Amino acid sequence: MRRTLLEGLKTPLTESAALLDDAELVALAAEVNEGSRTRLGRGLSIRVVDAGSCNGCELEINALSGAYYDLERFGLKFVASPRHADVLLVTGPVTRNMREALERTYAATPAPKWVVAAGACARDGHVFKGSYAVVGGVGEVVPVDLYIPGCPPSPRTLLKGLVALMRGP
Amino acid sequence: MTLDTPRALLRTMDSMNATTDEWKAATRRLAAGEARLVDLWGDDGAVCLALAEPDIRVLRLACPEGGFPSLGAVCAPAIRLERSLADLHGLRPEGARDGRPWLDHGRWEIEAPLGRAEARAAPQPPYEFRTAEGQALHQIPVGPVHAGIIEPGHFRFHASGETIVRLEERFGFTHKGVEGLMRGASIEAGARLVGRISGDSTVAYAFAYARAVEAALGVEPPARAVWLRALMAEIERISNHLGDFGAICNDAAFALMHAHTGVWRERTLRAAEAAFGHRLMMDAIVPGGVAVDLSAQAPLRAHVAALRPALKRLTELYDNTASLIDRTVGAGTLSRELVDLWGAGGYIGRASGRDFDARRDHAYAPYDRLSFKIPVREKGDVDARVWLRILEIEQSLGLVEQLLDGLPEGPLRSEIAPARGEGFALVEGFRGDVFVHVRIGADGRLASVRPRDPSWPQWPLLEAAIEGNIVADFPLCNKSFNGSYSGVDL
Repeated sequence: MRRTLLEGLKTPLTESAALLDDAELVALAAEVNEGSRTRLGRGLSIRVVDAGSCNGCELEINALSGAYYDLERFGLKFVASPRHADVLLVTGPVTRNMREALERTYAATPAPKWVVAAGACARDGHVFKGSYAVVGGVGEVVPVDLYIPGCPPSPRTLLKGLVALMRGP
Repeated sequence: MTLDTPRALLRTMDSMNATTDEWKAATRRLAAGEARLVDLWGDDGAVCLALAEPDIRVLRLACPEGGFPSLGAVCAPAIRLERSLADLHGLRPEGARDGRPWLDHGRWEIEAPLGRAEARAAPQPPYEFRTAEGQALHQIPVGPVHAGIIEPGHFRFHASGETIVRLEERFGFTHKGVEGLMRGASIEAGARLVGRISGDSTVAYAFAYARAVEAALGVEPPARAVWLRALMAEIERISNHLGDFGAICNDAAFALMHAHTGVWRERTLRAAEAAFGHRLMMDAIVPGGVAVDLSAQAPLRAHVAALRPALKRLTELYDNTASLIDRTVGAGTLSRELVDLWGAGGYIGRASGRDFDARRDHAYAPYDRLSFKIPVREKGDVDARVWLRILEIEQSLGLVEQLLDGLPEGPLRSEIAPARGEGFALVEGFRGDVFVHVRIGADGRLASVRPRDPSWPQWPLLEAAIEGNIVADFPLCNKSFNGSYSGVDL
């Protein structure tokens, strides 16, 4: 075990923070909803809610906690309860069977709060649009402050979106 | 397709229209364990049954009166499938043991959306969970929104102190109406949808769907495409198994493993992106062939060469960490009898001694030309399921090398001419065997697509495996199963 532990002390794998200084982040920051342009300070607690996704988005969100992306260095962290959260990161088309759970999770999150809708489904339902079982995008159920595109969004794009939200325009 | 191959031989036979007597005979064979239930679903006023004996055949029973003899009454693995098709199609399983709804939570505006599709007549009564009786029992409701970053589902525990007496799952939260969306869709649109049934198995689903469509239309994909499909499938298996290996250890509070496997999973996804242009390889497999060619061999070869010794080190770390082994050995034990009875595949079946893998037992190209072993363990505990992941990654690394060595040159896609037809395919995904049945109408559009996730028989077995374990071991046991929610909710 010692050898494997020491392995972790070698050259860090972490992506350079410079990955954030690019046009994609500027574009995402410009997308941040007008009403939420309040500075959020230096840290954000994020609660992830899968409102009906195929799990593809969750796979990439989980990657953010890994050595390559290490989102905690930006002051971002995932929390286990909406009551501890500033931000709900919502994935999937909202299914009719998940609608109430999403509404109640939103209600359980203390204000001020922000909602980030991640992935093509969360925007408008994507390939599941029009189904009897799907309400539509996240914005149909709770107010959305930022959409992060992709199917699924890559961890880099997710990271840029979350940092864009925190920094504001 | 070579000219001397009669088109008919390449096609799957149309499902057999069964009489009630034939249906009952098949039911008896399933009940007696002489056949294995593959799937049970509704299609346009009929129930369809796929069973393996060991070759797979599909029976179709018309239900003019709206009812059919319950299969779940004699064959437990059919119960949830039957409840789902009753919710979706409004077809009644007569003599069923469990008449509760499964996918229908009373939230859709219509009832039986794929059947009569009428406005909901009355609100649905509250769901009745199974009970447990005894002194000082308490209930723990969990979900649908979980503490971790995972899919939504509800778990209802009855516990006596720390010990779980009964677990009952309540799913359907991610039901998106996939089968409804498939109706009337183009073959191309069906491929995009099927690749989003369970994101971690997007390759396996696209692979099975493509083969089912090709069987229905009598199309043979070019050799290069077939080999590239298997290459993607093995990369998908490696990345998911790496993720599971670390995540299981993480749920036993051993974060070091999770950190290391996370790095290797990320490198695998990057290698996939470099090779095929998408980290999860979504939409890369299409009916007729593949949509993307392999960009270069060298990065994949280098990745395999680096991962092999790293996996050996991590395996030693797992095997030599007593505090970790103490949590995984003997936890969540699943018996051989149950995996056989339920026909559970994947690492769950194989960790309990069920020696089944669709790549060998329903051999399909190119696996019929490749050399690999199917690892099997007997103990059926969390430890055995961890070992299955490790051993299967090793096999998949060998397969990736063989696939790169033998990769044929040539075109990537065969022409698809949509026409009436029916076909199915079984593909071994990382979680187990993915079954897809496709019926194409005379207009060349999809009349029905039925995708069956390997988790269907696996989820109910988690309820059995967890009995008598402590509540604190549930995340560990659940992660060692890693069932798909979206795959069974559809």
